[in-house]
Amino acid sequence: MTALLAMIRRDIKIALRVGGGALIGVLFFLAVVVLMPFAIGPDLALLQRLGPAVLWLGALLASLLTLDRLFMADHEDGSLDLIAMSRTPLEFACAAKALAHWLAAGLPLVVATPVLGLLLNLDGSASLAIAATLLVGTPALTFTGMIGAALAVTLHRGGLLMAVLVLPLSIPVLIFGVAAAGAAITGPVSFGTPFQILCALSLASMVIGPFAAAASLRQGLD
Amino acid sequence: MTLIDLANPTRFLKLTERLLPWLAGLTALLLAIGLAQSALAPDDYQQGATVKIMFVHVPNAWLSMFVWGIMSLSALGTLVWRHPLADVAAKAAAPIGAAFTFLALVTGSLWGRPMWGTYWEWDARLTSMLILFLMYLGLIALWRAVEDPSRAARAAAIFTLVGAINLPIIKFSVDWWNTLHQPASVLRVGGPALDKSFLIPLLVMAIAFSLLFITLHLAAMRNEILRRRVRALQMLQAAEQQGQLRSGAL
Repeated sequence: MTALLAMIRRDIKIALRVGGGALIGVLFFLAVVVLMPFAIGPDLALLQRLGPAVLWLGALLASLLTLDRLFMADHEDGSLDLIAMSRTPLEFACAAKALAHWLAAGLPLVVATPVLGLLLNLDGSASLAIAATLLVGTPALTFTGMIGAALAVTLHRGGLLMAVLVLPLSIPVLIFGVAAAGAAITGPVSFGTPFQILCALSLASMVIGPFAAAASLRQGLD
Repeated sequence: MTLIDLANPTRFLKLTERLLPWLAGLTALLLAIGLAQSALAPDDYQQGATVKIMFVHVPNAWLSMFVWGIMSLSALGTLVWRHPLADVAAKAAAPIGAAFTFLALVTGSLWGRPMWGTYWEWDARLTSMLILFLMYLGLIALWRAVEDPSRAARAAAIFTLVGAINLPIIKFSVDWWNTLHQPASVLRVGGPALDKSFLIPLLVMAIAFSLLFITLHLAAMRNEILRRRVRALQMLQAAEQQGQLRSGAL
């Protein structure tokens, strides 16, 4: 347990320090949201209607962009091999790394959402609802994306292949995230149903993700 | 003869060499019967002759999912039992599955044009088929990204299994998304039960397409085994040449 806590602390520290690059994700998120009005026009009513979709797509792309850092740096300096050989089960180590990655790169996206909601003419309660859906939805993105990151790092093929593999898998999260966010603002359905399914997706990916990632690391590192 | 006996590629090659002509002949026979029956089937009172697209479309759609199932079994064979032919089976199946999915999409869209007035409709079934196609392409890209076949095999096996877990979830979520966005207006849910005059040709075509898949799959597996042998021999030759060069230089 202490080993896992130490690993989480170490990963967060590395991610937040110079050269870590976790906060670049937030910057990317901001840039995507700022680009949207240029593409669809400064019509505030339209932006408000598209707001949940824009925020969810931005967060999805931002979390995808930071994912290749999950194992890459550790693989380059060899600490991934040490983690794989240590007595801590690799599944737990993967879960800890994903958790640390989510805390450093996913949580800032959630925190930034209400601010970005202002740019899209979303009122306070709508922004908070979207932030809530992102809070329970982004872990699913991180833990599913971890499988792609593990595959990519063992194959020495970076980002693009990982994106191609991970994007189809993240469709359910996107569907229920946007549905829950939309339901909170206008939608015909209740907020609870898609929100609970979103929670279920996150929990399921927390179970499946570490096992699949550990399996692919174990297969690939030998 | 069990599955383990087939682990010897030479034995597998010998067996399939005898089996393939029979399979191919049977496939051709059944396809001919099925196509004739499809052509002779009566027109639908609503859809006219276009209903006959169904006889090609449905077997393709069925096989597109069946092939992912076959690949998942092969993936288990690769990861759990390290069966030497399992990864060959998985690799050979992926392009065939992608082709079936593509054909299901194309025939579906050709059928949709006269029926719905558009080639593409974001209908739940079409959308999940498109996502399945994307996943097939991703899997093929994964196979092609790595030189070493056994390394690629294990990575692809993990992705195949993750996909097998995720595909039902994707299907469910797309269904949910679809009912949220457009109330069922295009497709009558359930529809009228199929008449016998449609059902029998459809079943014959489904069996014929399954046999076609088995034939193509076995042939592709033979090719893959031979390709790997060629690769091994080439590497051996290259190593020998390098050895000669080195001893000559010394």
